[in-house]
Amino acid sequence: MKVSDIINSLDLELLCGQSGIENEITGGYVSDLLSDVMGNAKEGQVWITLQTHKNVMAIASLKDLAAVILVKGFNPDEDTVKQSNQEGVPILRAKENTFEIAGKLFQLL
Amino acid sequence: MHFEFEIEAGDFSKLGFASSQLKTILKQLLGDHKVIRRVVVALYESEVNVVAHAYSGKVIIDINTEKIEIEIDDKGPGIEDIQLAMEEGYSTASEKVREMGFGAGMGLANIKNNSDEFYISSEVGVGTNLKIIAYLK
Repeated sequence: MKVSDIINSLDLELLCGQSGIENEITGGYVSDLLSDVMGNAKEGQVWITLQTHKNVMAIASLKDLAAVILVKGFNPDEDTVKQSNQEGVPILRAKENTFEIAGKLFQLL
Repeated sequence: MHFEFEIEAGDFSKLGFASSQLKTILKQLLGDHKVIRRVVVALYESEVNVVAHAYSGKVIIDINTEKIEIEIDDKGPGIEDIQLAMEEGYSTASEKVREMGFGAGMGLANIKNNSDEFYISSEVGVGTNLKIIAYLK
């Protein structure tokens, strides 16, 4: 499954990092602790979080994650958007909270 | 090959610069090698520690055909009890740092888990020195 597939299936809003929408998805990871993601997320996973600052993109890029989903309609910071575009790691916005969107993504994968 | 980077303490907007540079360099040298993600994670966590706790820091990287050696040397408050600091969940990070999702007390353990050899020494009131070695095999 690709990032573009979950955008359609889960009705997510693509905010930035368009060049990565063909990234292949291997799974998902849910955490708002950056060290936890750094230590435990795996390449190709979609990361669901409420953190909006730039360091989210540094981690997503260093770990080769497929995409980041921001929950509850949150907005990424301006420099977060910039880095998402540079690194080609898409940020997708969900209206749902973490529990709901994680459940839907789990079902889909 | 030898590289050096400065780390600006307290500035979370520049956090990850050295690890991002290292990733680019290693990808050019090694292609898609599994050691890359490990050392990049170890260096990123070390950068977090310097930015969150120290006054200034320096990263020194040496790469040869056998191994990658990274030294992170900071001027800062130092660590009083290294054994305690190594325990997962123990942290002295500020509230501001925690709000960003750092300071969960997993950093040093992450660094150790992503190294083949890991050395830490610290002097209270002076600073902390980390050495990370990963073998290419």
